[in-house]
Amino acid sequence: MMIKETYQVTAGDMTAAGDVSARIKRHMKQLGIPASVMRRVAVGTYEAEINLVIHSDGGRIDFAITPEGIDIRVVDVGPGIADIEKAMTEGWSTATNEVRNMGFGAGMGLPNMKRNADEFTIASEVGVGTDIHMLFRI
Amino acid sequence: MTVKEIASILEAKFLCCEEEGDRQVHSAFASDMMSDVLAFVTEDTLLLTGLINSQSVRTAEMLDLPALVFVRGKNPHQDAVERAKMIGMPALITHLTMFEACGRLYQSGLGAVEIEDYDGEMEI
Repeated sequence: MMIKETYQVTAGDMTAAGDVSARIKRHMKQLGIPASVMRRVAVGTYEAEINLVIHSDGGRIDFAITPEGIDIRVVDVGPGIADIEKAMTEGWSTATNEVRNMGFGAGMGLPNMKRNADEFTIASEVGVGTDIHMLFRI
Repeated sequence: MTVKEIASILEAKFLCCEEEGDRQVHSAFASDMMSDVLAFVTEDTLLLTGLINSQSVRTAEMLDLPALVFVRGKNPHQDAVERAKMIGMPALITHLTMFEACGRLYQSGLGAVEIEDYDGEMEI
């Protein structure tokens, strides 16, 4: 059975940040995905969602179950990332104080996504946006 | 240790979901940085935080944590408590500071989260 869903994420709305990840998590629970996998996907999508809210001009998260596992694709329109290697370094962040006051912006988002996913790829173009792919094997 | 026992040690009050007070907690993690929580916390871990907005509850929700405690008597935002209620997550508030709350729990036998990739060397 192939399942594919797309969720839109609105930029700037910190109070709603996490809604999409919670919906994806609920969906996984209904499908009976093992708790350990579910948690890794939840952390990956939540960090991605926070990034969309704080850094992009909006985007989408695609959730799919494929023969390989749980496939998450995160695509945004926005400023993009000039130096991906730097952005992948723990502790490196361009977040504002406002974002830090919300508990994020510690420069752990992308490293957390990579750590939790079995496969992680990121592509970005300055002035266009960022495209992240994560695969979680079940 | 149960969430109810934690409430007693921390002289804490349940903001919601007291009926879930028998949940078991095996370790604790204290932070205001939610990405650190997301990076290092495993299940059955209590979250202690001074972050009073809804992202603290959402972080606990993503990780399926048994409960969270707001320290230093800071009342969490209404949407944080509502979120906790909605997902059935016990949320507690203690007047103790983060340091004292952690100290009391540690003294009572609650340990730290084991960080898997820590190899005993620090990069300084």
